[in-house]
Amino acid sequence: MKILVTVKEVAAVDDEFEIDGLAIDDRYVTADLNEWDEYAVEEAVQIKEAHDDVEVVTVTIGPSETDETIRQALAKGADRAIRVWDDALEDAGLLDPETKAEVLAAVAAEEDPDLVLTGVQSADDGFGATGVTLADKLGMEWGAVVNDLDLDLEGGVASVHRELEGGVEELTDIEIPAVLTIQTGINDPRYASLRGIRQAQSKELAEYGLSDVGLDASEIESPLEQTSLYEPETEGEATVFEGSPEETAAELAELLAEKGVTS
Amino acid sequence: MSVLAIAEHRRGELRPVSIEQLAAGRDLADELGGELHTAVIGGDVEAFGADLNREGVDTVHTVDIGEEFNHDVYTQVVTQLATELDPTVLLMPNSVNGLDYAPAVANRLDRPLVTDVVDIDAEDGLTATRELYGSKTETTIDVHAEQAAVTIRPAEWPTIETDGDAAIEAFDATVDESAVKSTVKGFEEVGGGDIDITDADVLVSVGRGIEEEENLDIIHDLAEALDATVSGSRPLIDNGWLEKDRQVGQSGKVVTPDVYIAIGISGAVQHVAGMKGSDTIVAINTDPNAPIFDIADYGIQDDLFEVVPALTEQFQ
Repeated sequence: MKILVTVKEVAAVDDEFEIDGLAIDDRYVTADLNEWDEYAVEEAVQIKEAHDDVEVVTVTIGPSETDETIRQALAKGADRAIRVWDDALEDAGLLDPETKAEVLAAVAAEEDPDLVLTGVQSADDGFGATGVTLADKLGMEWGAVVNDLDLDLEGGVASVHRELEGGVEELTDIEIPAVLTIQTGINDPRYASLRGIRQAQSKELAEYGLSDVGLDASEIESPLEQTSLYEPETEGEATVFEGSPEETAAELAELLAEKGVTS
Repeated sequence: MSVLAIAEHRRGELRPVSIEQLAAGRDLADELGGELHTAVIGGDVEAFGADLNREGVDTVHTVDIGEEFNHDVYTQVVTQLATELDPTVLLMPNSVNGLDYAPAVANRLDRPLVTDVVDIDAEDGLTATRELYGSKTETTIDVHAEQAAVTIRPAEWPTIETDGDAAIEAFDATVDESAVKSTVKGFEEVGGGDIDITDADVLVSVGRGIEEEENLDIIHDLAEALDATVSGSRPLIDNGWLEKDRQVGQSGKVVTPDVYIAIGISGAVQHVAGMKGSDTIVAINTDPNAPIFDIADYGIQDDLFEVVPALTEQFQ
């Protein structure tokens, strides 16, 4: 059995930052493995540990600078990694879900996985749509926002909980092969062990360009164009208490007492 | 040049985003000089259809197939509706279920998809506003296509209360059952504890800023001093530091206490959706730019590890 996990490096932005054109100035940005993908990797590795003959392969769209992030997934137990990037992707501007799914589908067609796990969304652009788009392109079944997974490989069914709004979960049986988008909280992602980190260095990280996966630049032209980036105007009218922690705590205590909050 | 908005319902209730979409859809339809259509699929379509007949809607399409949401059915039906009605903009909710079929529909219709839109206009081509990096920045996106699919963030548009005079028409969709490869078996309420946070008058709510599980002691101490209930934002529940039924937010509970004290909570939109109806909101957070201060009534922009114990002391 083969599980393909989509893994993305995302930008975490400092509390204070400056915008430079259509991006946040590099000085205020730290690269990290997308939180949702971390849970997807963990879920795949747990399936591998529970069954014989499971291979976990990660796939990433991104430049060579993302290799360090990809190695994090390898250190946590993925077997090998694939990264797709070239000048055409670099020049494409905003990669919309369709464009990303097109590239990922080309890799999936080659790898022929039984299960594809993606994060529900990425922490930076937050489209939340790449996984389901990918499923549809592959002609696979899918499930979005999965926070519990019970895999019956012989029966060919993934029994999942989908986390709906308002503290309600939907219980659904999904035929595999399928793409599942994984919600945080589904498991407890492990820290990479020192041994894992060492081993990750020698695991395969294949680098492909678009032509290597059978695509050409015209197929990845995004119809979406980002035209501005700005800090939203704050609507805040909060009364902010000033002073030392003791002073602000005292002011807040007085307010709470006025509101009828007492011990 | 029309707009088609797909309604959402669950367990016999139309969800509010179904009506909010109509406000967004009416504005778009006016800008495009066209009609606003809405459609509801499955469940008590007659009652839902009547409820969707609000001011500004031209036609309500009812599709009497199934009871609850099934993404395979929705994908097929919405694709057929959009093919038949050929709307310039296809609106769907940016909900968990919306995101479970909208991308597949957009793919089948070969339309670009813009998700989680907080503002949109069609005056000079379609331009959508989205947030990036959590809620720290906003961005505008120009859609270079004749037709598009868009998912609308819940609670960003007003609800239309006035009844309309729309035509209500049954739509005859065909579902290929062999392509239905998922079966909804039922629903489950999340639990874990025995406290109902929606009953609390005062909530001491804690977020990622608490850093470590053992630091929660200062939160419990404060809650005890205030005779309040402890709740939390998603990361704490994901970490298993608080029971699932103490989660405030879109995927957790919606709470409306007299006083909501948000400690170390940045105020991501998913969290705010669950607590913005609180009477008085107090935020304690180191980051003065944290979005929680936008909706707070009172704030302390300082280190929670100093402020919280000092506050507890005030009540002891």
